[in-house]
Amino acid sequence: MNRELIFKRVAFSSATLILVLLLSIFIMLFVSAKPAMSEYGLHFLVESNWGKIVKIKSDKSKAISQKTKRSADKSDDLFADEDSPMFSDQTMPGNDQSEQVVKTKTIYGGFVPIMGTILSTLIAMVFSMPIAMGIAVFLSEIAPKIIVKPVGIAIELLAAIPSIIYGMWGLFYFAPLIQKVIGGSQISLLTAGLVLGIMILPFMAAITRDAMNTTPDVLKESAYSLGATKFEVVKDIIFPYAKVGIIGSVILSLGRALGETMAVAFLIGSVFKISGSLTSPSISIPVVLANNFGEADPQMMSALFYLAFILFILSFGIIALAKFYFLRGRR
Amino acid sequence: MAKELIMDIKDFSFKYAGAPKPSLMNINLPVYKNKITAMIGPSGCGKSTLLRSINRIHDLYPNNEYTGEINLLNIQKNEFENILDIKKENEFIKLRQRVGMIFQKPTPFPMSIYDNVAYGLRLSGLKDKNILDEKVEKALKGAAIWDETKDRLKESAMGMSGGQQQRLCIARAVALKPEVILFDEPTSALDPISTKAIEELISELKEFVSIVIVTHNMQQASRLSDFTAFMYIGELIEYNKTDKIFLNPKEKLTEDYITGRFG
Amino acid sequence: MKRLMINKIVLLLSTFAAIIGLVFLAWILTTLFLKGIDAINWTLFTKDLIDGGLRNLIFGQFVMALVATIIGVPLGMLAGIYLREYGRGVYVNIIRDLNDIMMSAPSIVIGSFVFVVVVVPSGGINGWAGSIALAIMLIPIVVSTTDNMLSLVPTELREAGIALGGSKHKVVLDIVLKAAKVGLMTGILLAFARIIGETAPLLFTSGTNSFWTTNLNNAFPSLTVSIYDLANFPTDKARNLAWAASFILTITVLIINLVGRFITRDKG
Ligand SMILES: Nc1ncnc2c1ncn2[C@@H]1O[C@H](COP(=O)(O)OP(=O)(O)O)[C@@H](O)[C@H]1O
Ligand SMILES: [Mg+2]
Repeated sequence: MNRELIFKRVAFSSATLILVLLLSIFIMLFVSAKPAMSEYGLHFLVESNWGKIVKIKSDKSKAISQKTKRSADKSDDLFADEDSPMFSDQTMPGNDQSEQVVKTKTIYGGFVPIMGTILSTLIAMVFSMPIAMGIAVFLSEIAPKIIVKPVGIAIELLAAIPSIIYGMWGLFYFAPLIQKVIGGSQISLLTAGLVLGIMILPFMAAITRDAMNTTPDVLKESAYSLGATKFEVVKDIIFPYAKVGIIGSVILSLGRALGETMAVAFLIGSVFKISGSLTSPSISIPVVLANNFGEADPQMMSALFYLAFILFILSFGIIALAKFYFLRGRR
Repeated sequence: MAKELIMDIKDFSFKYAGAPKPSLMNINLPVYKNKITAMIGPSGCGKSTLLRSINRIHDLYPNNEYTGEINLLNIQKNEFENILDIKKENEFIKLRQRVGMIFQKPTPFPMSIYDNVAYGLRLSGLKDKNILDEKVEKALKGAAIWDETKDRLKESAMGMSGGQQQRLCIARAVALKPEVILFDEPTSALDPISTKAIEELISELKEFVSIVIVTHNMQQASRLSDFTAFMYIGELIEYNKTDKIFLNPKEKLTEDYITGRFG
Repeated sequence: MKRLMINKIVLLLSTFAAIIGLVFLAWILTTLFLKGIDAINWTLFTKDLIDGGLRNLIFGQFVMALVATIIGVPLGMLAGIYLREYGRGVYVNIIRDLNDIMMSAPSIVIGSFVFVVVVVPSGGINGWAGSIALAIMLIPIVVSTTDNMLSLVPTELREAGIALGGSKHKVVLDIVLKAAKVGLMTGILLAFARIIGETAPLLFTSGTNSFWTTNLNNAFPSLTVSIYDLANFPTDKARNLAWAASFILTITVLIINLVGRFITRDKG
């Protein structure tokens, strides 16, 4: 084989590596999540208990073989609260194998982390979008030339700061402030969402500004020539012209917020609970993964992969939407 | 022939922010009512700069320096006002409604054909649907594209051909009933047929407005205009009736330029 | 005039939004610098975490990012070269889109993936797994940079090379890559800056390590993972160490970014 062909093949293989990687991620997550998927099915999405132990009748369920580390006493308490009819059923005399009666099963549900992810992302977007738009409009239309450049660079540099820094700052400085102002817990969905918002702010502002800057000067000048004010030019010319790019930028930021771990991990708490209030702690998918991967038993592990799979699909879908629908033909 | 001035540029100099030297030096140029005044000259001589001074579009960008006068006739008061004195935002808006501008490339806004033409009217506070309809139709007729657009007024303007877009932009400017329309090489991005249509349109427009047109194309200047100004490196070298400039230029530079010996 | 009022109000609001945003960001940076400068001293660079220093963590983070770069850059550049110089048609566009999606994949998901394919088979967390996770983050960035930078090289240059009798891969390697050198260097620097600050993909791949080690088969010291541990540790000493580490990390990332900018600006 000649060198030209070898080079071409190697280059081709490297390009194909992207496809292979993405497929392997999909497959490996799916395979690892499979036990949990077949056990909980889609009910996983709406089940809000995580690690709850219940007793089950051994001769009916196929999932009973799962052993759990948790103590039987605790499961009894939990059990007695809700499912007492079943309890009495199982302790009925006449069961030939008493061992079956104490068999337990641990329930893992993804509802809380899924909601936590969605809510914290939502808070982040609601908080950061108007500010990012403001910054973008300011940078592309209002600010005098001398400050456009330094502020623009500052924003881009801030977008490069590791997210763990935002999380730490949020924990030690921002959360106490929010507590003073709004009350509630320092560790909460709200503070996590706000810090997440602050983290994606520079990224969103920078790419939104880039989208706005694609509006040709002559188009703006034409509008000014008809007697438009600056606001009218932004509203009627820049936004409609750059609409597709701006929406794409927002969706990219959304994807970033959705998969973010460290900015949220410090602040959301690690509580599998969605209460009515945004000022109480909760948990999100990345944080469940970050905090539980180390010490998980196989069953929990599989549930974690189920969550990772859901996160992957969610972010894949969102980014694909942004790419295919809004950012088409941009390159 | 009785000629009436609509504009009078006196001793006008202009320097871009941060530029080492002025782009325009001591320009003196009259603009007559309902006539077409052409500006010709080699690339970079300052034609666009001068044109853009007349509706003060330059002021969108800070720190340009200028001196002299650009006097515009206030028809109601029948007296000239120096537009360089304008400082307030609302006066800028009024000025730009009185002095319209058409650019080299067509600039359709990202909205429907109808909304493009109605845009300036709406900005100026017109809301009545019937009056809007009427004025839009009149402007489109005035720009000779009513027949092509009347069935697709709600469609996006971005889908039109380049020549149609340019006429739409003219309709958009005309709708505001400006006193002056400035054209900056309006046909240089168009094919010959569209160019001819635009040229005819411009000749018809002078019945209602006074026109200043920058052009690269000498034939266009000689075909269209009543007066021609020849500029060279920031200075106005010669100004006269168009036939005089083309048949009997006084300056050597002008002659060289129009006979194609440079540029 | 009402229009002018609205205009003024909106412009003010927008300026105000910009100020709010910048105040937050300034607040973060000031905090980081004050706390960091307060907590930093020379012994941090000479002692390992076990003795209250950061030496092994800084080294470990750097080594893993470097190994990731050594693995990822050739692969990413080759893929980028294929996309821009060789490929055509649907396949290339699909790969491009997938690459864009990879670039935005949640880093914790990449960590989970590497956990399955590297950590589990190798019997435990180790430095290689961490490096591989970072490499997977890096590759799509390098692919996209290479693709974009090569697209800026004029076609005439390639044609001139071919016309002189060079084979295509020679032309690509000797002429096109050279022409795009500055852009590529900058892209790689920025990609490096991006992965060196990552935490999530390292949490359960490399973990971290309090001791000095150069053996990538061990749990490997990571500055970022240790920041997470230290910050959640309820003593002032640990927290101060976390601030010092954050400061060092941020300064490093910012400097690399500034250098990247500076290189491209020189070119004009
Ligand atoms: N925004 C600007 N800033 C600085 N100089 C400019 C700017 N625009 C044009 N110039 C300079 O002003 C001179 C006149 O330009 P212009 O009016 O565009 O020429 P023309 O339209 O006759 O081709 C040129 O030398 C050009 O380089
Ligand atoms: Mg010009």
